[in-house]
Amino acid sequence: MANVFTRVGDWVNERAPNMAPMYRKHMTEYYAPKNFNLWYYFGSLAILVLVNQIVTGIFLTMNYKTSALEAFNSVEYIMRDVEWGWLIRYMHSTGASLFFVVVFMHMFRGIMYGSYKKPRELVWILGMLIFLVLMAEAFMGYVLPWGNMSFWGAKVIISLFGTIPFIGDALVQWIMGDFLPADATLNRFFALHVIALPLVLLLLVVLHIAALHEVGSNNPDGVEIKKGPKGNRWDATKPTDGIPFHPYYTVKDLFGVGFFLMIAAFIIFFAPTFGGWFLEHDNFIPANNLVTPTHIKPSWYFTPFYAILRMIPSYFGTAIWGVIGMFGSILLLALLPWIDRGQVRSVRYRGVGFKIGLAVLVITFLALGAVGAGVTAEVIPEWFPSVDVTTWENAFGRLMTFGYFGFFVFLWIYTHFGFEKTKPVPERVTTHD
Amino acid sequence: MANEVVDHGRRRFLTATTAVVGGVGVVAAIVPFIKSWEPSARAKAAGAPVTVDISAIEAGQKVTFAWRSLPVFVVNRTKAQLDQLPGLDPRLLDPKSTNADQQPKYAQNDVRSVKPEWLVVIGLCTHLGCVPDFVPDIKPEPFDANWKGGFFCPCHKSRYDLAGRVFSGVPAPKNLPVPPYHFVDDTHIQIGVDPKEAG
Repeated sequence: MANVFTRVGDWVNERAPNMAPMYRKHMTEYYAPKNFNLWYYFGSLAILVLVNQIVTGIFLTMNYKTSALEAFNSVEYIMRDVEWGWLIRYMHSTGASLFFVVVFMHMFRGIMYGSYKKPRELVWILGMLIFLVLMAEAFMGYVLPWGNMSFWGAKVIISLFGTIPFIGDALVQWIMGDFLPADATLNRFFALHVIALPLVLLLLVVLHIAALHEVGSNNPDGVEIKKGPKGNRWDATKPTDGIPFHPYYTVKDLFGVGFFLMIAAFIIFFAPTFGGWFLEHDNFIPANNLVTPTHIKPSWYFTPFYAILRMIPSYFGTAIWGVIGMFGSILLLALLPWIDRGQVRSVRYRGVGFKIGLAVLVITFLALGAVGAGVTAEVIPEWFPSVDVTTWENAFGRLMTFGYFGFFVFLWIYTHFGFEKTKPVPERVTTHD
Repeated sequence: MANEVVDHGRRRFLTATTAVVGGVGVVAAIVPFIKSWEPSARAKAAGAPVTVDISAIEAGQKVTFAWRSLPVFVVNRTKAQLDQLPGLDPRLLDPKSTNADQQPKYAQNDVRSVKPEWLVVIGLCTHLGCVPDFVPDIKPEPFDANWKGGFFCPCHKSRYDLAGRVFSGVPAPKNLPVPPYHFVDDTHIQIGVDPKEAG
């Protein structure tokens, strides 16, 4: 047998001599810093979820009907009549939410350890593009079951483009292909969701990893291992603090996969709607263009951005300011490598101001998520029965919006004018042998 | 083939013209794909005027009709409700309906309608197009302690009075639009046709 494999290997090698070196470059001879911690699981987990979405998605299309008349019933058909259809759909819907959990963690890791800083700006930018495409992908997927929240979610999100002066209304009609979200809208979203955006997403993921492997991974100490001592057990010219990605990190990541799958399985089997957070109750009602759900809210992963949209009122007869604020909140993240002028990468050696700023960013992001999801609208009347809910919600939401944007302004001033007092960065990663 | 000297000027010219002609071709080829997203002929044809019977709408009641798949609110306003309207002016963004895009000339008045008691508006919030709830009672509401009746959008909490006029300080930038309509007789209105077109 071994002989057959060798011969096949030789046969391929003769015809494509660069394939084996490519495998080595990205796996067995890609030297990653040896001090990765828990935060470094989320990149490989994102790939796992992506594969899950593609595989379950392919099987869902086998029974899903792309038509405003049939879509809702075909999803119910998958849930009730197709053998194991419920599992495949719940894997897909839970996967969508977990994708964002994993990606948010991955992004937070990047901010915390300064992974976006030179020379990794391109990796960060490609990552932000993945995030944008992922949001479009998730939004369009959410529309496909054609429940009432699908319909109204689509209406509200598409209407965002209507706030653009002069061309807005024509643009909205062009996107919907009708005067309201309709059959035409559903069909084009399906095409984008299952073909166009996944292709773009896969390409961007390949570029993201390729760009990362050009510069090498950052690590919790923010130390450049390529600039440290050379020579390790495998190669005398490679960084001493690096270990081969395969088998060391593939095995480590498999442990993370096992843990992650336990959580995912628990949700899929015991709490697939996650109390209305992963699958909203109003989406179990068919789309109705004459009745808006009482509490219209997007999926949880959009709520922080949605809250920013809601908190900014209209001025000069246009509502575009909220839309600018919402997209601006994402654009500022993409611009982090240029906003943050500090030379020290990792939070471990950065100034107190950065630590407080990072905490503010996380707190305001979560608080905006709560505002966008309608949590504040529920708890304010309970905790403070005598106050005006709208006034207080707006005050709180606007304070949090201010805090979120404040992080970026503060970070620039803090680092550009040299207010940051950093600690000395070690020569090598702190957990070497 | 014996041309030893390369004419760079000629080569540049040919490269540039080929690129330009090719570029025009690519742009032209994209047009059909972009245009295919426009509402189809069938979708446009569904936009004909509708005539609705309003005789069964009682005082203070709202009924929703569909015109071009849009919800059109027809409200039979009571005297008490109409009396509240002038007092709301200071709290509104555009109390005098100065934005001419939001209503036809014949509805550009204090009550934004042809006949004072009958309000006809497109029931889509001017913020992001949700259908506002009809909250007609003049009593304090959780979202407004001085509520005088009107419409409340559940999506982003925009508020409108019973003439469809938007309050200040909410996300919605404009008053609810009044569609073209006219009274065929005392109990029927046609939505989608102006009075003068109807003759």
